[in-house]
Amino acid sequence: MSKLKAFARDIRIQQMKEFKARGFGHLGGSLSITDCLAALYGEIMNVDPKNPDWEDRDRLVMSKGHAGPALYATLALKGYFPLDVLLTLNQNGTKLPSHCDKNLTIGIDMTTGSLGQGASTAAGIALGLKHSGKKARVYLVVGDGEAQEGQVWEMALFAAQKKLSNLILFLDFNKRQLDGRTHEICDLEDPAEKFKAFGWHTVRIPGNDPDLIAATVREVQAAQGDKPGAIILDTEKGSGVPQIIEIELNHHITCSPELADRIIEELEAQKKG
Amino acid sequence: MYKVIYNGEMEKIAGKAVFGETMKALLAEDKDVVYLDADLMNSVGTAGLEVQFPDQAFDVGIQEANMAGVAGGLSAVGKKPYIHSFGCFASRRMFDQAFISIAYAQLSARIIGTDPGVTAAYNGGTHMPFEDICLYRAVPGSTVIETTDSAMASAILRQTKDRKGLTYIRLSRKNLPAVYEPGSTFEIGKGIVLRDGKDVAFIAAGLMVAEALKAAGELEKEGISAAVIDMFTIKPLDEALTLEYAKKTGAIVTGENGNIVGGLGAAVASFLSENYPVPVVRTGVHDRFGQVGAQDYLQEQYGLTAAVLVENAKKAIALKS
Ligand SMILES: Cc1ncc(C[n+]2csc(CCOP(=O)(O)OP(=O)(O)O)c2C)c(N)n1
Repeated sequence: MSKLKAFARDIRIQQMKEFKARGFGHLGGSLSITDCLAALYGEIMNVDPKNPDWEDRDRLVMSKGHAGPALYATLALKGYFPLDVLLTLNQNGTKLPSHCDKNLTIGIDMTTGSLGQGASTAAGIALGLKHSGKKARVYLVVGDGEAQEGQVWEMALFAAQKKLSNLILFLDFNKRQLDGRTHEICDLEDPAEKFKAFGWHTVRIPGNDPDLIAATVREVQAAQGDKPGAIILDTEKGSGVPQIIEIELNHHITCSPELADRIIEELEAQKKG
Repeated sequence: MYKVIYNGEMEKIAGKAVFGETMKALLAEDKDVVYLDADLMNSVGTAGLEVQFPDQAFDVGIQEANMAGVAGGLSAVGKKPYIHSFGCFASRRMFDQAFISIAYAQLSARIIGTDPGVTAAYNGGTHMPFEDICLYRAVPGSTVIETTDSAMASAILRQTKDRKGLTYIRLSRKNLPAVYEPGSTFEIGKGIVLRDGKDVAFIAAGLMVAEALKAAGELEKEGISAAVIDMFTIKPLDEALTLEYAKKTGAIVTGENGNIVGGLGAAVASFLSENYPVPVVRTGVHDRFGQVGAQDYLQEQYGLTAAVLVENAKKAIALKS
């Protein structure tokens, strides 16, 4: 198993521990973006967990803010804060709320949770960094359901117009949202075609392989020129955990200790296998 | 007519089940009723309506501002839209569209905001509407209602079907203390005296109504006679009843599950200060943002409890000159 795949597996284990401790949460959408987070924090991003406010760091905006638990697990594994903090997810007075909050959690770059808004803030951060002459890059994660918000497409026009070549957007194309299948609710059709039409350097790849995601980020950065980059990730809601994928409406679900333990055990077994 | 059944027990059936049933009945009864939701049908008990009523019920996806504009258009051709999102998004996320394309254009729609205030619980600060009442009160000609329990929610949804203008209805999808008998009807714009009293009057809405009933019980033990008014119509305010109880008790305590800036307490205080000044002590969130947590923890955090109402009642009484 590659280093990044092992990291992704560990992020899944840690987030299942979070959900186990709380008993419910946004499992589907946290799991589906895990491989992307493994690629970003495992290899791509220029960050320093010991200096989380370093002004030249790369930034991540998790615009689908309900995927906080996946990001918290990633940050804890990177050493931003101790692993046992993960067990306080969504407890009274916690530093790990259900949606990402930059003022509560060390390592979170932007407060999100009202879908669509993270997209614009990422563009603002990219524009500001450019303006300050910084080399730092900005990574943005948008959900496919989230991409029904007009704000995402206002940002798409804006970022192309302003030549935000330091920005890469990941679309977590898991084809499901809260109420069901995205194509039945408000179809995005081929989002790659849409981002291309909006002037973005766009590629579409399977979203469950962190090594491929990391390699693709490098390729996009070499090729994007003065365009913003978009990477459409074909994922599954619940990715990496078959028991969760098969729950059709798996957006926000209960998670019994038994289910969590079984999943953790299976993920742990991958270490030996 | 309504019947009060309050005995401190919770409703047996969750608000979202009642909401789903009521919307279904309305869609079946009146072909001009249209229901729109922004990817929260599964959260609010309306999933499946888009299949049963394909010409009347629509999941627009995650695009609240568009939904509000579409509702304006539907109203322009004679439809009767009900649109739903969580209260945070049903206010902040679509406010200009609701303001211009519904209210200013003199069209009609019912905007339903669920998870009022601290009942948003584990969804946290981004999802915890403390300001929706204030925002919708500021729309000229609007109606703003917070339902007290799901019996009232069901009645109000039916009773506002043909109401003109923008109507904001704030309701809970969870179980609340049961106050009214299912099947009750209400008069919009008229507060309900749930308990009479002469020393102080609680004027409350939403989950604070049950807290006020508890507080009045506590005060009675100390020999203080407290009235409790359910002011479910926050706008237009029942000025006659407010005046009557200001005169009768000389001390008012308001209670609301939201920011005291621009809410029910502000409405009561500004009316009384211009017409019959008596002490008004506002109970609610004091200009803070939301956070994650269990509902009871959050009620403690923000002072939305019977104990705080008791304290405020004593404060209001002490302020009587
Ligand atoms: C503006 C806004 N509207 C509604 C919601 C409620 N909500 C949270 S997540 C979600 C579904 C998100 O679907 P998607 O973007 O596809 O995320 P994923 O499937 O990757 O979890 C909804 C409707 C919200 N957080 N923000």
